[in-house]
Amino acid sequence: MKPTKLAVAGLALALLGLPESPAFAKLKVVTTLQDLASLADLVGGDRVETLALVKGYQDPHFVDAKPSFILKLSRADALIVAGLELEIGYLPPLLDQSRNAKIHPGSPGYLDASTGCEILNRPTQQVTRAFGDVHPYGNPHYWTDPENGRIIARSIAAKLAELDPSGREAYAANLAAFEGRLTEKEKEWAGKMAPYAATKIVTFHDSWPNFARRYGLIIAGHVEPKPGIPPSPTHTLEIINLIMTEKIRLILVEPYFDLKTPKFIAEKTGATVLSFYPSVGGLPEIKDYFALFDYDIDAFVSAMKGKP
Amino acid sequence: MKSRTSSTAMAIIFGFGLHPAVCADEKAAQPSAPSAPQAQGSPPAAPSQPPVKVSAPPTAEEVEALRREIEELRRQIQTLRDQLRAGLASGQGMALGAAPGETASAIPSPPPAPGLPAAPPAAASQTSNYFNPSISVIGNYLGVGGSNGTENLPSSSLRESEVSFQAIVDPYARADFFLSFGEEGVDVEEGFISFTSLPAGLLAKVGRMRTAFGKINPLHLHVLPWPDEPLPLVNLLGGEEGWIGTGLSVAVLVPLPGEVFSEATLQVLRGDSGELFAATQRGDLAYNGHYRVFRDLSEATNLEVGLSYGLGPNGLTSRSATRLEGLDATLRWKPLRTATYRSASFRGELIRSRREDPLGDQGAEGWFLSGEYQLAKRWFTGARIESSEHADDATQRDRGKALLLTFWPSEFSQVRGELRRREYADGETADELLLQIQFAIGAHGAHPF
Repeated sequence: MKPTKLAVAGLALALLGLPESPAFAKLKVVTTLQDLASLADLVGGDRVETLALVKGYQDPHFVDAKPSFILKLSRADALIVAGLELEIGYLPPLLDQSRNAKIHPGSPGYLDASTGCEILNRPTQQVTRAFGDVHPYGNPHYWTDPENGRIIARSIAAKLAELDPSGREAYAANLAAFEGRLTEKEKEWAGKMAPYAATKIVTFHDSWPNFARRYGLIIAGHVEPKPGIPPSPTHTLEIINLIMTEKIRLILVEPYFDLKTPKFIAEKTGATVLSFYPSVGGLPEIKDYFALFDYDIDAFVSAMKGKP
Repeated sequence: MKSRTSSTAMAIIFGFGLHPAVCADEKAAQPSAPSAPQAQGSPPAAPSQPPVKVSAPPTAEEVEALRREIEELRRQIQTLRDQLRAGLASGQGMALGAAPGETASAIPSPPPAPGLPAAPPAAASQTSNYFNPSISVIGNYLGVGGSNGTENLPSSSLRESEVSFQAIVDPYARADFFLSFGEEGVDVEEGFISFTSLPAGLLAKVGRMRTAFGKINPLHLHVLPWPDEPLPLVNLLGGEEGWIGTGLSVAVLVPLPGEVFSEATLQVLRGDSGELFAATQRGDLAYNGHYRVFRDLSEATNLEVGLSYGLGPNGLTSRSATRLEGLDATLRWKPLRTATYRSASFRGELIRSRREDPLGDQGAEGWFLSGEYQLAKRWFTGARIESSEHADDATQRDRGKALLLTFWPSEFSQVRGELRRREYADGETADELLLQIQFAIGAHGAHPF
């Protein structure tokens, strides 16, 4: 029985055109976000080769559907997306043109990383676009909570084991190592953030509900009047008043937003503008998912300390 | 009686309702609840308090009063819960999530069954709509000022209302319908099935579609960077509608060295299309071939070049044909970090038409060049020059230039003004102002590229 199975597997490999080198062929994993690629790297180790379409310093809502992405998708064994319609502006036509049924939604090679994660801001009432560019399935920036990162890593490990059963043990071991390190890191991060629980902050876009919830921060307002709508003079005045009355000290701005309005608000109020990175790759030193929290939390703490 | 029942009810709800529920909400990972804000001045809950004793049967009024009070209490509790959730309870960062201890399980077990596409939860009322297609409607209003005797656009019109229905058909295909409602009639602008799971890297479409001739013809009116079509398309591709064909389209990726995307498309279509092609017999078909190459020159810059060749019967005699040749190029620049604030694109297209005519063959050509520059998040400016001979009389040439300014209040609406001068072959020079307002409702479509 066993030799037959092996022969069939070999034949299948040959038919698929995979190189029959003694070393195994790496699983090609394409992700939309660099965060997902980093998690896939941590879990997949040297059995996978990852590639992210969107740069960490790019607004993940607005990505061009470049034909060069079609090429990358056409060669992928797996596709990991953030889901919750974050990719709706560019991914569907790319997938349709990818000629790669393996990674279509519903196929084994497709993984929606939001599955099982704690998703916040799910609308509980009928939403309309009068609310701005809202996401009817909830806030899609959920990976900014490391516990969601844990859940994503588990989903990725299960997916990789499903696509590459011979690597099952390796993925389980990598996942265990990742989770162990994450648990350690979470303690460190929580310790650093503990003194700032219940601190009120203002953020540019609604990218941080998961992060804020994890570390007990209170997001008092956004520079954007509504998601996706650029700052307006009236709303900017409201935010200035809010910062003054609530004595808010930090304005967090994602790297892809214009600093003009936040700086203006800071000038008027004495608050500090802090570039805060929602994704791996936002800066060259934010190399992986751990470095993302290391960087942001250190930046937050030193910004808070800098203004006693 | 009243005050007593209310405080008892409160005690019951606090005692039995709030704490367990809140703990459950917080994922039950918190052994001891932190100093959560208590209800305004209410005493701490006493779970051991005896239940309400009602000695006499309550009157309807009392029951009603109780009911109202309980409703009010429920509201208060909800507010409290929300406040708790919002993180008022301090210092519980770590403990909120899953227990960190449960690491290193031998086999990863994700929450849902693997392989199944876990549908994101939607409102209950939407579940019956799961298989309905995505529907959107795009309104395209055009107001025109100035005078033009050659191309007499109405002063004010809802030029087009495009209704689209799009959905996955089955694991092998998807379908797209675009119905174009004018003020007077409806056209099926496009309606096709795409087979997305074919072997050998093929992508096939069957139905009615905008022909892949050049870069502008396949685009719908509402995604053009201008409110009007450039002259070469109007004069050489059969009028404002452009070339729309019904038939079969097959596209294949052609591997090239390096990270260069290239795709060849072949389309076989019915031999009738607007004013462009006219078939005298059923067997007279139209053909289109398109080859495009796309390359990222840098992270921010990319270039696309396309070649097109079209052929079809023109109906002047049973054997006469019109041949079309096209060359298009698009250069885009958009630094990724500031992508939503600053970008530029340049595009140009050259079209040649050779029309066999018993009274004398016509070889006409036309071109346009256009640039767009993004000034701010919601502001774009642009310019276009264009020139084209007439397909049926190559001695006639129209010319035009235009300046544009576009404002996007949001991703879903757009206000655009175009100042346009066109010099027509008949000698007329028309200066016009076109004001276009577009608005989209319904499903969020992909952004055109």
